[in-house]
Amino acid sequence: MAAPSKKSSDVVLEVRDLVKHFPLTQGVVIRRAIGAVQAVDGVSFDLHKGETLGLVGESGCGKSTVAKLLMGLEKPTSGHAYYGGDDIFTLQGQAQRRLRRQIQLVMQDPYSSLNPRMTVADIVGEPFEIHPDVAPKGDRRAKVRDLLDVVGLNPEHINRYPHQFSGGQRQRIGIARALALRPEIIICDEPVSALDVSIQAQVMNLLEKLQDEFSLSYLFIAHDLSVVRHLSDRVAVMYLGRIVEIGTDLEIYDHPTHPYTQALLSAVPVPDPTMRGQRQVIRLQGDVPSPANPPSGCRFRTRCWKAKEICADQTPALEVRVAGHPSACHFAEERDIVHATVEAGEVAPIVVGPNEDEAD
Amino acid sequence: MPNSGSESAPAFDLNVGAGEPLLEVVDLHVEFRTREGIARAVNGVSYSVKPGETLAVLGESGSGKSVTAQAIMGILDTPPGYITKGEVRFCGQDVLTLPEEDRRKLRGASMAMIFQDALSSLNPVFSVGWQIGEMFRVHEGMSRKEAKLKAIELLDRVRIPSAKDRVGDYPHQFSGGMRQRVMIAMAIALNPRLLIADEPTTALDVTVQAQVMDLLAELQRESGMGMILITHDLGVVADVADICAVMYAGRIVEHADVHELYANPAHPYTKALLGSIPRLDLKGQEVAVIKGLPPTLTNLPTGCAFHPRCSYVKDRCRSEEPPLYSVNEHRDSACHYWEEVLDGSPE
Repeated sequence: MAAPSKKSSDVVLEVRDLVKHFPLTQGVVIRRAIGAVQAVDGVSFDLHKGETLGLVGESGCGKSTVAKLLMGLEKPTSGHAYYGGDDIFTLQGQAQRRLRRQIQLVMQDPYSSLNPRMTVADIVGEPFEIHPDVAPKGDRRAKVRDLLDVVGLNPEHINRYPHQFSGGQRQRIGIARALALRPEIIICDEPVSALDVSIQAQVMNLLEKLQDEFSLSYLFIAHDLSVVRHLSDRVAVMYLGRIVEIGTDLEIYDHPTHPYTQALLSAVPVPDPTMRGQRQVIRLQGDVPSPANPPSGCRFRTRCWKAKEICADQTPALEVRVAGHPSACHFAEERDIVHATVEAGEVAPIVVGPNEDEAD
Repeated sequence: MPNSGSESAPAFDLNVGAGEPLLEVVDLHVEFRTREGIARAVNGVSYSVKPGETLAVLGESGSGKSVTAQAIMGILDTPPGYITKGEVRFCGQDVLTLPEEDRRKLRGASMAMIFQDALSSLNPVFSVGWQIGEMFRVHEGMSRKEAKLKAIELLDRVRIPSAKDRVGDYPHQFSGGMRQRVMIAMAIALNPRLLIADEPTTALDVTVQAQVMDLLAELQRESGMGMILITHDLGVVADVADICAVMYAGRIVEHADVHELYANPAHPYTKALLGSIPRLDLKGQEVAVIKGLPPTLTNLPTGCAFHPRCSYVKDRCRSEEPPLYSVNEHRDSACHYWEEVLDGSPE
C-alpha cells in the first residue's frame, strides 16, 4: 500500500466543485429544457500520489459520472479539476492530448468494454496509435507483450480475441490497456464487480501490485464497501451527487459520523454467521430520491432518522465536525457500526420511514 | 397457514410429516448438449429442504446452482438442457415423472421462484397488478376484480407504499428494489410451500438488499415455507441461511450447517473462498487468492474437479473422484483429505 504521507505537494489531482447536470428536455423539434438530472452536484476531493481513493455509493449517486467527467467523456456543467496546475477541463489540442495520457480508465464490464473483432495486440496497442510518441511503431508488439506479462497474462496469447479469455483475464486485458501509456492516475470504475468471488481477489491483488510497481494513484469507484476497504487509503461516500463524508479508511469504517455512512455500513452483510442478530441494524426504508428532483437542504434527510427542520433549510457543508474528518451532517455523531455488537435480544433496529422527517 | 387457498387440486398429497423434508433432490444430473460438446452442468447433486428451513446454495457462475433450481421448477430449456438422471421429490412425490399438466399446477401454487433480474422477468406491457392477479385468475379461477383486490393486498404485504395507487403501474415505473418486491409478491401469492430465490438481491444496492432480505425472512417466518437461496454472496448466506451447500463444477463439494461451515470449512474450495473475500470489519487482512480459473463444463478435469486449483492436491485427487464423505451426521465434504482441511493444517 502507498505511503500515507499527505503533503499538499503530493496532490496529483485536485477536483473542485465539480457539477454535472444533465438537461431533461421535452419536444422533438424545439427542445425545451424542463429540468435537470443533478448527477454530480459540487464534488471536491484531492487525489494524492500513490494513494487509492475509494468512491462509494449506491447506484445513481453520481460516482460513475465523476469518472466520465475526469476522463473527458462528459463535459462538466461547472467546476475544475487540476492536474499539475492545469485545469483539465479547459485544456485544448496538444496540451489536452498530453494530459489525457496521464489519466486512464479501467471499466466495469470486461465483456462489453473490449472490441470482439480486435486481437489483444490491437486492443492493448491501440493507445500507442493515438499517442505514437510513446512507442515507435516497430516497438509496439514487444511493448504489448511486456504489458501482458505485467498483468499476468501469457504473452503468447497476443493474437487471441477477447472471447477466448475468461472474465478475469479480460479484466486484465483492460488493465493492460490502461497501463499502456504509463499513466499517473488510473480511474477504476467497478473493476471487480462483474467478476466471480474467487477471481476478484486475483484482480485486486494485481491492482495493488501495479500500484507499488508504477506508483499509480487510483480513484477506485465501487459499490462494494468491503472491496473498497481492502484497497483504499482514503474513502469518500457519495449520496445523490454529493460527497457526504470523506476520510481515511479507519475514519470512515471505524468512526463514521454521517448517518448515511452508518446505514450503509450496517447494511453490508458480514460473512460470519456468529454475528447474526448481534450487529446494530439500521434499515433505511424507501429508495434514493430521483436526482432530477432532489430534496432541499441535506439530500439524505428524507431517509434520515435525525432529520430536523434545519436539514431541509440548510445544506450541510462538508467540513470537520467530529472525529477529525469532514462530514456533511448537521448532527454528525460518531458511532461504530462495524465492530459494535449488541446483546442478543437487544437488537433494536432503527427503522426509518420515508416520510417520518421529524422522527428521531 | 400452509397451502390454504390453492384450489387447483394438486396431483398428490402435499402434507409432510414433522421432520420430513419438503423437497428432496437425489443424485440429479443435468447436461447441455451444445455444439461444442456435452456440458455437464449438474453432476449428481443431492440436497433436501425442510419446511421453514433456508438452504443456501453457494457457488460461482457456472457451478450449476441455477440449473439445479431450474430442474426442480421444471423450467429447464429442453433442448439444450436434459435431465439425465436423478429424482426431485416434492412432498414425497418424484415430480420429474409427473405429466406436464400436473407440474404446471404445482408451479406457482406450491413451489415458486424469484429471479435475479426483476426488470427482465416482469412483462413490460402488463401492469404489475395484472401480473400478480394472473396467479389468482389462472390457478384459482378468480374474476379480474377479485384478482385485483388480491394484488393490492399482496403489494401491501411486500410493503409497497400506496399499493392501491400503484397496482396499475407498469414495471418500468418502479425502482429496482420495488420491482424485486413485485416479483416476491407474485411468488408468494398462492402461499407456496417452497420458494426458490435465485440471486434475489444481486442486482440491488446494499441498503435495498438489506430491506429485501428482511422481507423474505419475515414472509418465511409467517408462512413457514422452505426456501432455497441461490447466491454467490457469502455475506448474505451468513446472515440468513440455516444449511449451506457449496457447489463447484456441478457438484456439491460441501454441505453443512452454516455456523460449522464458516467456523471450520471441510473442503479446500470452501476454505479458499472464505479466505478470498475482503471483510468490512478487518483491515490489512491478507486476501488469499484462488489460483487458476473455474473449469469449463465441456471438459471437466479428471478426478476431483477442483484439483488444478487446490492447495491440498495429491496424486489421488487427479485420478479418483472423491465421493461425498460424511464428516459428521449432518455434514459432508467431497474431499479425500477433508480431515486434513478440517484440522487447519497449513494451506
